Amino acid sequence: MATNNGNATTLDAPPGKRSWLYKNRIKLAPWAFLAPGLIFFFIYVIAPIFQSIWISFYHWDGLGPKEWVGMTNYIDLMDDDRFYTSLVNNVWWLVLYMLAVPAGLAIALFLNQTVTGIRLYKSLFFFPFVISQVVVGLIFTWFYNPEFGIVGIVWNFFGAQPPAILGDEDLVTFGIIFAGLWPQIAYCMILYLTGLNNVSPDQVEAGRLDNAKGWKMLWFIILPQLKPATFIAVVVTVIGALRSFDLIAVMTEGGPYGSSNVLAYYMYETALSEYGFRYGYGSAIATVLFLIMLVYISFFLWRMYQDERG
Amino acid sequence: MFPKPIEHSSARVRIGYQIVLPIALFLWLLPLLAIFLTSIRPAADINSGNIFGMPSDFLLIENYMAVFQQSKASMYLWNSVRTTVPTVILAVGLSCLTGYALSVYRFKWAVPLFFVFVAGNFVPFQILMVPVRDLSVSTGLYDTVTGLVLFHSAFQLGFCTLFMRNFIKALPYELIESARIDGVGEFKIFWYLVMPLVKPAIAALSVLIFTFIWNDFFWATVLIQGDHALPITAGVRALNGQFVSQWQLVSAASLLAAVPPVLMFFAMQKHFIAGLTLGATKG
Repeated sequence: MATNNGNATTLDAPPGKRSWLYKNRIKLAPWAFLAPGLIFFFIYVIAPIFQSIWISFYHWDGLGPKEWVGMTNYIDLMDDDRFYTSLVNNVWWLVLYMLAVPAGLAIALFLNQTVTGIRLYKSLFFFPFVISQVVVGLIFTWFYNPEFGIVGIVWNFFGAQPPAILGDEDLVTFGIIFAGLWPQIAYCMILYLTGLNNVSPDQVEAGRLDNAKGWKMLWFIILPQLKPATFIAVVVTVIGALRSFDLIAVMTEGGPYGSSNVLAYYMYETALSEYGFRYGYGSAIATVLFLIMLVYISFFLWRMYQDERG
Repeated sequence: MFPKPIEHSSARVRIGYQIVLPIALFLWLLPLLAIFLTSIRPAADINSGNIFGMPSDFLLIENYMAVFQQSKASMYLWNSVRTTVPTVILAVGLSCLTGYALSVYRFKWAVPLFFVFVAGNFVPFQILMVPVRDLSVSTGLYDTVTGLVLFHSAFQLGFCTLFMRNFIKALPYELIESARIDGVGEFKIFWYLVMPLVKPAIAALSVLIFTFIWNDFFWATVLIQGDHALPITAGVRALNGQFVSQWQLVSAASLLAAVPPVLMFFAMQKHFIAGLTLGATKG
């Protein structure tokens, strides 16, 4: 390592400064720049992933000694109804949250005009995304209140008995997802608005000459150009769906009777349970959630890798 | 431009569009308007069922003052500031270094390490929860603002590095090469040549991270217990329990929590959107 690495830059170096450090500066510099961030990231993000997986093979209350139990936590998971409820709800989240992508596109198309004040309209449409999900959750909890929420008013207007959406085991998850869609649609909308800004006018003109209109134009000419926006919109929506926690914590705490639980909340509830912490079991749930997410992470990295090479 | 510019349509369509636009916006923001109206109502309105009509009395100042007087809202807001600002500085600052290292130097670890940062950015929080909580407890950082700041900064490094690396990668590499040939030191190149060029990226990242951290709820509940360090998001939820059925106060507190990110968004809108939509146009 002490030899000159043959890099052209070192040849021009002023004489007398050709120490080992100096000669290898191009090799060493990246590590010097990386070290603080990398160490930090390793301690708080990378190592904990493996620690969690490791802890999932133990029984541990967070205070006493850990007890190795092998696959027991995972076997217990398979007989856990609440786990299945959470898993099924996560699938509902994934599927229904995807509606944010076409809905965001629709609003973006609606707003992609140049009338006066449109910029302000776009910002105001984006508004829900900027607000904390805790606040969104509180707003919708109140909205769904059958006595004095908007749901109550609308139902009463039609002379029907308003449903208690958040108190109904069959409706509760859909009610929460609906609340979650509000900011998510805003996010997808802004992605598409940016994408639409960069759609090539030449191709649109060419399409018009070929008599492409409306849906045909959208499908064959616009959407292919919006592919990068669609990709990001799908990625952030999947991640948002699997990370759903805040809304559930604020709106129902997983209830009634665990019917609105998702893996993210169930893990939290189990690990930091009021009846004693169950770190091992919680970590097993987290590992399952992580493995589900890993499918998407791998897909995303693979796409990025293609881009890096291409 | 798609869809067809409205200027080229008939007058009827144009007027129709101008009418539909505010109605659509009204419906879209209805939840927010409703909560705002509630936050300035007297309690009597809510009890008598006047929820969506005009408030019988406008108590804007009274209700918001009541939130501050009857709860620790001002402390929670201050805690949010104490958490958010240092996190932004730390995460964005460190990512300038990592992003620079991973974009300017062609070494074999550059791409794998970059991918580690990107992947880390996407993991579910729950897989980190137990070890991070345990680490915080054992180092005495549990239930402190410092502990929360350290974790947030480390976690946000994933996204910030992704952002910075791609931004610096798009700068002309010849600039750096010619500086090297002139014998400029590596750190000087970073500080005097590259840093001034990444200012827009720093601005965009700062507003984004500010919003993400301000709105964080999960880590605030996992790493913080006491009011002395609780940020406003977790605080609002605590207030929700305290102000049972005083919806005007819950609404006012919720809106207070939303004000800083909203102001940030409007002040730095261009940067915010540029940051958020990075990657939405190329690929």
